[in-house]
Amino acid sequence: MNESEPIIVTEKLTKEFNGVTAVKDLSLTISQGEVFGLLGPNGAGKTTTVRLLAALLVPSAGEAWVAGYRLGKDNQKIRRRIGLLPEAPGLYDGLSAVQNLAFFGEMYGLQDIPARIQNYLELLGLWQRRFEPVGTFSKGMRQKLAIARALIHEPEILFLDEPTSGLDPQATRLVREFIAGLRDQGRTIILCTHNLEEADRLCDRVAVLKGRLLALDAPSQLRRKLFGRQVVFHLAEVFPGLADSLEKLPGVGRVEVIENKILASVEKPEIHNPALIRDLIENGAEVQFVGELKRRLEDVYLELLGLTEGSDDEQD
Amino acid sequence: MMNRIKAIVIKEWREVFKNRFVFFTVAFLPLIMTALPLLMLYFFGDSGDFSEVSSADVPPQFVILCGDLGAGDCTLYFLVTQFILLFMMVPVIVPTTISSYSIVGEKTTRTLEPLLATPVTTLEVLIGKGLAGVIPAVLATWIGYLVYAGGAFLLVSNPTVVSKLFDPLWMTAIFLVGPLLSLLGVSVSVMISSRVNDPRVAEQIAGVFMLPVIGLFVGQITGLILVDERFILWMAIGLALLDVVLFYFAVQIFQRETILSRWK
Repeated sequence: MNESEPIIVTEKLTKEFNGVTAVKDLSLTISQGEVFGLLGPNGAGKTTTVRLLAALLVPSAGEAWVAGYRLGKDNQKIRRRIGLLPEAPGLYDGLSAVQNLAFFGEMYGLQDIPARIQNYLELLGLWQRRFEPVGTFSKGMRQKLAIARALIHEPEILFLDEPTSGLDPQATRLVREFIAGLRDQGRTIILCTHNLEEADRLCDRVAVLKGRLLALDAPSQLRRKLFGRQVVFHLAEVFPGLADSLEKLPGVGRVEVIENKILASVEKPEIHNPALIRDLIENGAEVQFVGELKRRLEDVYLELLGLTEGSDDEQD
Repeated sequence: MMNRIKAIVIKEWREVFKNRFVFFTVAFLPLIMTALPLLMLYFFGDSGDFSEVSSADVPPQFVILCGDLGAGDCTLYFLVTQFILLFMMVPVIVPTTISSYSIVGEKTTRTLEPLLATPVTTLEVLIGKGLAGVIPAVLATWIGYLVYAGGAFLLVSNPTVVSKLFDPLWMTAIFLVGPLLSLLGVSVSVMISSRVNDPRVAEQIAGVFMLPVIGLFVGQITGLILVDERFILWMAIGLALLDVVLFYFAVQIFQRETILSRWK
C-alpha cells in the first residue's frame, strides 16, 4: 500500500447503544502514513469510533474498510493489522514485562517473539526491568509497555486512545517523542486525545467529533477556515485613521484595534504585509513589532463546539 | 489455535495463583476433602468395628448394592461411598474460584479490551479460561481420589470393600461427573462474573450452584436418595446437557461487543 492511499475508509458509520447514538453518519478517509487525530469532549464518540475500527464493536449502520478489509466481514484480518492502546493500559500486573509481551505475541501467532520483545523493551528503556512484575512499574513505564504491546506484531495501523493521559510531563514527552518516531517510520496512527497541543503537534489532520463529525482537516487549515490569517502590528501609539487606512488596502479584511495593537485579517501576509507596513509608516505610526497571530487548535476546537472563550498566541 | 489456548491457560495460572486465596482454595480444599474420609476410615476402617450392626442400619435400597457383602462390610461400603459426593464438591468449588478471580480480575484491571483487539477468538479465550479452571480442579479431584483409594487399600481390611472404590459408580463419578461439574462451575462463573465487580461476590453467587451437590450428600446420608450407578449415569447425562446449554450462554455473554458495552 502506498502513502496517500486510503487505509481507513468509513461511510456513514453509525453506532447506537440501546437507542442512544454514540457515533452518527461518520464518513472519513484516512491515508497510509497519516497521523489522524480524533478530538471531542467526553462522550463525543472517539473511543466508540476507535472500537468500531478495531473490530471490537459491530456498527449499527454504515460501512468501513480497514487496511483494505471490510469491517464485519474480515474482522480477524483487520485485528492482525491493527495495534490498540486503549484508554487504560490494561496490563497483567502479576506478570513481568516480558511475560506480558510474550502473551500478546502468542495471541498474534508470532514466530520471533523474544527478538521482538528485546527490540521494543530496549527502544522504550524497559529492558533492565524486563523480569519485574508490571504491578511495580510507574504509570509512564506502564504506558510505554502498553505501547510496546500494541506494536509487537508491527501493525500497519496504530490506535492510540489518550496515550499521555495522566502522565507526568517527563513521561508525556517521552511518549510523544516515541509517537513522533513512529510517524516518521510511516505508520498510520489514529490518535484520540483531549490534549489539543498534542494533537496540533503530532497530527496531520484532525476530526472534531460530537456524536457526528463537526470538522475534518489539517489543524492549520481549520484555523484558516475559521479565523483566516491574522497579522498583529504592535505600535508605539495607535491614533485615529490608521485602521481605516489599512482596511482599504487590497487583501485586507477586518481590522481591529486593541490597545496599542492593530489586528488585521490578511489574505496572504507574505504578499500583503509590506504594503501594510508602508501604509502605517506613511501615516506616522511607529511599528515596533509585526507577527502573525496563530490561533491555537484549542480556539478552533472551542469555536466548533460553540464554547468560545478565546485565547491567542502570537508567533513571529 | 492450540498455541493461543495454551498461552491463555499459562497466563491465567501465572496471574490467578499469585492470589493467596485462590492458591489456598486450590491447594487445601482437595487436601481436606481427601483427609476427611481417610480419617474416618482410619477410625472405622475395620469391618470388625461394625460387627454389631445389621443390614437394617444401612438404607434398604443401598443393601442391594452390597451384593454378597456381610452386614459389617456393607455398612463399611456404605460409609466409603458417602464420600463420593465429597469428591464432587472439589470440581465445582475450585474452577468457580479460579474463573471468578480470573474474569472479574480482567474486568477490574481492564485487560480484556487489548486482548479482544487481537485475532484471538471468543471461543479460544473461553476455552483457555475454562481449562485454566477445569484442569486444576479435575487433577485435584483425581489425585485426591487416588490418594483416598490408596489409603482405603491400607486401612480397610476387606479387599472386596476396597475394590468397590473402583466400580463403575466411582469411575463414572470421578472421571465423568467430576469434569462435567467443573465445566458447569466455569460456565456459571463466566455468567455471574459478567455482572459483578468483586470476585468474592461472584464466587458466593456461584456457590449457590453447590447446593444441589450438598443436597445430594444430605439426601444420601439420610437415605432419601440412593446414589447408585443408574443415578450417577443420569446425573452425568443431565450435567452434559446442562453444560452444553450453559456453555452456549457463556459464549454469548463473552462476545466482544457484550463485554465492552454491557459488562459493568
